[in-house]
Amino acid sequence: MTAEIGLASLWLAAALAALQLFAGAMGLTRKGETFAALVRPVAVVQGLLALLAFACLIRLFAVTDLSVKLVALNSHSLKPLVFKIAASWGNHEGSMLLWVTVMGLAGGFVALVERRLPERTMLATLAGQAFVSLGFYGFLLIASNPFERLNPVPREGQGLNPLLQDLGLAFHPPTLYLGYVGLSIAFSFAIGALVTREVGPAFARAMRPWVLGAWIFLTLGITAGSYWAYYELGWGGWWFWDPVENASLMPWLAATALLHSVSVLAARDALRTWTVMLGVVAFSMSMIGTFLVRSGILTSVHAFAVDPERGTFILALLAINIGGALTLFAIRAATVSEGERFAFLSREGALVFNNVMLSAILGIVLFGTLYPLLAEAMGAQVSVGPPYFNPMSALFAIPMLLVLAVGPLLRWKRDRFERVGRALVIPAMLVVVAGIALVVMGGVALLPFLGLVLGIGLAVASFMPLRSRNLRRLPLAVWGMVFAHFGIAVTLIGMSSESAFSTEKLVAVKVGETTHVGPWGVKLERVEPAAGPNWTALEARLLVRYGPDGDVTRMLPQARSFWAPPQQTSESALLTRWNGQLYAVLGGEGADGRWQLRLWWKPLVTLIWIGGLLIGFGGLLALIGRVVADLRRISLQGRIAWRKDGMSKLREGER
Amino acid sequence: MAVKAKHQRLVLLILALVVLIGAGLLAAWALRNQASYFYVPSEIVADPPAPDRGVRLGGMVEKDSIQTQADGVTIAFIVEDGKARVPVTFKGIVPSLFVEGSGVVAEGRMGADGTFVADNLLAKHDENYVPREMQEMTGKQARQVVAETQ
Repeated sequence: MTAEIGLASLWLAAALAALQLFAGAMGLTRKGETFAALVRPVAVVQGLLALLAFACLIRLFAVTDLSVKLVALNSHSLKPLVFKIAASWGNHEGSMLLWVTVMGLAGGFVALVERRLPERTMLATLAGQAFVSLGFYGFLLIASNPFERLNPVPREGQGLNPLLQDLGLAFHPPTLYLGYVGLSIAFSFAIGALVTREVGPAFARAMRPWVLGAWIFLTLGITAGSYWAYYELGWGGWWFWDPVENASLMPWLAATALLHSVSVLAARDALRTWTVMLGVVAFSMSMIGTFLVRSGILTSVHAFAVDPERGTFILALLAINIGGALTLFAIRAATVSEGERFAFLSREGALVFNNVMLSAILGIVLFGTLYPLLAEAMGAQVSVGPPYFNPMSALFAIPMLLVLAVGPLLRWKRDRFERVGRALVIPAMLVVVAGIALVVMGGVALLPFLGLVLGIGLAVASFMPLRSRNLRRLPLAVWGMVFAHFGIAVTLIGMSSESAFSTEKLVAVKVGETTHVGPWGVKLERVEPAAGPNWTALEARLLVRYGPDGDVTRMLPQARSFWAPPQQTSESALLTRWNGQLYAVLGGEGADGRWQLRLWWKPLVTLIWIGGLLIGFGGLLALIGRVVADLRRISLQGRIAWRKDGMSKLREGER
Repeated sequence: MAVKAKHQRLVLLILALVVLIGAGLLAAWALRNQASYFYVPSEIVADPPAPDRGVRLGGMVEKDSIQTQADGVTIAFIVEDGKARVPVTFKGIVPSLFVEGSGVVAEGRMGADGTFVADNLLAKHDENYVPREMQEMTGKQARQVVAETQ
């Protein structure tokens, strides 16, 4: 019964989305007030129905209803409850349902609270949102119905891939999706503003919290995904330039650019068309990324042949949404009135530079990710990896990071370099000192070298905007910027330090033997069996000591075997110290009784993810600051209106 | 700088276009130079790539071919595609999905002696993810891999 309720509410939600689109479009006509009044309530109910459908799916997974095909394919009765629930979105159909649910709820929320935009722009925005949702509902209902029944009912489910049976990964996709969908709201705002030609600071202020929110979730999602890959896959790397990773990086790059240009638009009413364009691009990147990954087009070009219906649907959706938005942009961009002008050496100038560099990096990542597809179309087999991505993205990231140190110190509209030059003396000196120290140490490759010196300079420079300001009166948004920029520096230092100073050891040792990696001594004390709810494992007990006379600590890497589905994973063991991480992986047993051990000593590697958290925290501060400031402005305007009203009534009374 | 708003927009647009087109051209050039190519055993035997060039080799791990060498960490095995066989050595812990009779993609270099030295063995990391090239194999292998990954 639950499955049928879910399916019915999904159909109803889709129908309401169609109504929302129709009513929104009619509301824009001259006599459409009746329709216009419908749009907001319909948007709210549509979101709630999508939520009901998703709740049904979660319930089906929680009770492991094997008569539902999706559950049978992706779950197993013996799994811990939290992973049963996570399995509901850890597959294609479920993740698409999560997507429309979040999109519907976000649309409903906008409909409820957003009152600053002109009503016509709001109508166009909600109609645009409904249009995008409708495509996704169609995709779900026609090509990937999550509630499909299975007959005969199997006796047991196929289980979830063990690699996904991890708390970090269970909550990683929803985090990213919240980001993607936040960008869908920004996209709809851009569409709405294009339709009514109302691209001004009010539009930017309405859009900004959504962009900020989306960007925070994307940042956290990418950080979590990177850490998951690092500890769960047992290969010791934190970024592989895999299509799956690039799919989350591309919307982040676009959202970062959008975040900065929307601030220019809100503060100075410049960069109007550019901001609208980025709003369209950012969500397009979310869609391209998700679809390419989820449909398997990137991992397998033959996904079309395997499931032509789904593949065609995806292409059509991409073409309609992105193509339509770009066409609308092309028609309307020229008629959006121009914004303010500014000097090149100004806050806006620096932000434009940052935007262009981010766009260039985005182009490089997109090109590199899609190139194998292009090459395949021309009959060549190509794989693109770090040798392309690393230097190419660094080429544009480095100038951007240099400007990142200067930009926040510049004034809006126009500035002189002499004024800000003094603030940069200390960071510049640190860069030189660090550079000399690294050269003396020797043996550091070019990219990590540049990353380290730039990171150190940037870490200090990011606090320079606080100089000679009253810290207690400083807006939260400025604190947010400082933290986010500092986070970038911290991540950069972590990445560079990891690639410059990591040491690795791969050995086969007998029980009782000791081996060394970096400053660590590692002794294999014993290997014994261990068991979990749906796995058994061999667990090694390693005794590790830092230097000759540090304390002895235990590490317990495992080689796990799952039985549903039958698969092996290695659970690496991590030992974190302030100056780095020791990483241990247990391999197989050789014929001579020796165990394979892979050990890494990675100095300062944790800074990569600490930096990511700092960036997200900075975004959160900025978001809180902006929302509070907006609310204050609204209540102030309300009070003024109320007083005026009161005064006029008084006057009327006197008369 | 007393530039008219219209002119400024034009200058910005041109600058942005120059950077973006430049990035595109650079990317195209880098991709032509740095893309590492994918080979199946019969191709790598017929026309081996230069020894210093990083390539990917994909095929099936031959039954009963996996051997561990004396140091306990280097393994040797044979990758075949039904037409040719290539010996491969790999130093490291093999991915959990690496088993005999199953598909594998090895990243590395072709040695002068005809042995492929792998730096990395690729395995899928979620149920929907297979190295793209694995789908490219013909006949028996393709059917086998597709069957395994569904």
